[in-house]
Amino acid sequence: MELTALLECLGSVSCIVTQSSTGLIIGALLFLVAAGLTLIFGVLGVINFAHGSFYMLGAYVALTAYRVTDSYALAALAAGLGVGAFAWVFERFFMRRVYQSDVLLQLLVCYAFILILDDVVKIVWGAEFQSMGMPKSFQMPPLFIGGGVVPVFYVYLMLAAGLIALLLWFTLTRTRMGKIIRAAAQNPAMTSALGLNTRLIYALVFSFGGLLAGLAGGLAAPVRSMSPGMGFSILIESFIVTVIGGMGSVSGALLGALLIGMIRSFGSIGFPLFVEGLMFLSMVLILVFKPSGIMGKAQS
Amino acid sequence: MNPLRDWQKDSLWAVLALLLLLALPLASPSRVVIDFIIRLCAMGLLATSLNMLVGYGGMVSFGHAMFFGSGAYVFALMLQKASVSVPVALLSAVVACAVLAAVIGAICVRLKGIYFSFLTLAFQMLLHSIIITWTSMTGGDQGLTGGIPRPVFWGIDLAQSQHMYVFCCVMAVGGLLAMRLLMQSPFGYTLRMLRDNEDRAAYLGVNVWRVRLYAFVLAGVFAGLGGVVMSLFVSGAFPDFSYWTMSGEAVFMIMMGGIHVFIGPLVGAGLLQIFNDTVTRFTPYHGLALGVVILLFTLGFQRGVTDIFRVLRRPSHEAPSAKETS
Repeated sequence: MELTALLECLGSVSCIVTQSSTGLIIGALLFLVAAGLTLIFGVLGVINFAHGSFYMLGAYVALTAYRVTDSYALAALAAGLGVGAFAWVFERFFMRRVYQSDVLLQLLVCYAFILILDDVVKIVWGAEFQSMGMPKSFQMPPLFIGGGVVPVFYVYLMLAAGLIALLLWFTLTRTRMGKIIRAAAQNPAMTSALGLNTRLIYALVFSFGGLLAGLAGGLAAPVRSMSPGMGFSILIESFIVTVIGGMGSVSGALLGALLIGMIRSFGSIGFPLFVEGLMFLSMVLILVFKPSGIMGKAQS
Repeated sequence: MNPLRDWQKDSLWAVLALLLLLALPLASPSRVVIDFIIRLCAMGLLATSLNMLVGYGGMVSFGHAMFFGSGAYVFALMLQKASVSVPVALLSAVVACAVLAAVIGAICVRLKGIYFSFLTLAFQMLLHSIIITWTSMTGGDQGLTGGIPRPVFWGIDLAQSQHMYVFCCVMAVGGLLAMRLLMQSPFGYTLRMLRDNEDRAAYLGVNVWRVRLYAFVLAGVFAGLGGVVMSLFVSGAFPDFSYWTMSGEAVFMIMMGGIHVFIGPLVGAGLLQIFNDTVTRFTPYHGLALGVVILLFTLGFQRGVTDIFRVLRRPSHEAPSAKETS
């Protein structure tokens, strides 16, 4: 433990700014992945264990798209749409068949896909670490805020994630589509009896969740190195986020993601070897004192 | 049915199996076969102990390999760094797994279904990351290398391959017999009742949380024994032992072999081991092949598998009664 280092950091504005921006960026990306996970859980009642692999796939698709088009925006878009389409197929041909089955089967189908996708990535992109590099348009001197260093790219990334969060919130709470999705989450049988195609809604929500994960992978590509199997740690982190925020709650996911982002960022100064432990500790505390999560409704 | 007779029958089967296993080297002294059996002993303990949770308790743990890994690491570390005798190391591994399972179980067994699966998975990843980062103790991602000393105890010298083979067989058969007896005991039937109808069991006065926790701890201990056998086999311990893929394989083993038969997971472990050994010989993309096979099994055999679950959910004719519960 290096508590003195942490206290020293908390005593200086520049360090707080730098670490907060790092924490925000981790939280923003984590939110995108966790939002998809929690949305799928909230509506479909299943946890997509392959969600981390969607994130990985997004990062690799973005890498290829970037090398072809040389445009970061197009790369991120391609990642989102490509993974969204893949998630559609995954739901349509595999996941849909095990909704009614035991957890064991859902788990195994996702497990199979994690294994397959990891190896497919190895075959297509190679097993070694890869990186996309910072796009030219973001290669500029970092901003200095209160003496702290904030790369310009971080600001854009935060804006993008914030925009998506806003859009998500608006769609879910202020549009007819959002109303239908919430209805399907609450009572699928009734929703279907009212003449709405719940299977289509399920497919849409699943594929949209995949799109968010792919987009996160694509957006993160310039600042993360890629390797097969990279999706698994983000899966665990997003699960922790959803437990902290409350399963099925998108606003809870945002809160949880920012919390975990800050824990990772400041924790790496104070407790470099215990960062993961800190995340788990916060999850355990939530589970013990408020099992439904910060924003969650009581579990049924 | 006289319970005593059942108990004797199971023990008789166990003795018979042990005798067969011990006679095997005489018939076929091939190194490949011996190694296969020893690995099967380890994986069989892991899979069968997992099935106590999944098949009998209805708790789908996706992090069971954490106990396999901790058993292996504690056993190997005690021998290598603390230079204790083999029985003491074995006992430490068992106690460590029990304590770990009690702490993690106390948090996890409150949760149901997919929450339980994911939480166990998360704890396993925490343990795995501790093993990776605590390099000075565990050797990090290189694993615990350098071999483990095997001091002679009670005339048993584990450095000799025959002694080693007998030791592993006795551990596995003994462990399996103990689990079988546990599952046929009132405790085992209480566990089945919780799987079939938790509310009813609670009304009948069963302390649901406590019974599940006991099952979780017991399963953790037997998985730890599997880890001990594995660490003897590889003469060390590796982070992969507690990685999630190991848990995933264990889950697939019990699904493939059948969760409604006690011996099913062992059969599944054997089948998967044969599959793994064959596939790795032909292709480096083992995950791809395994993934396709799992998909074939889970989706292709779905009617068969769901039927199994339907049978499981139906209150079985041997439904337990409350008087047996503690």
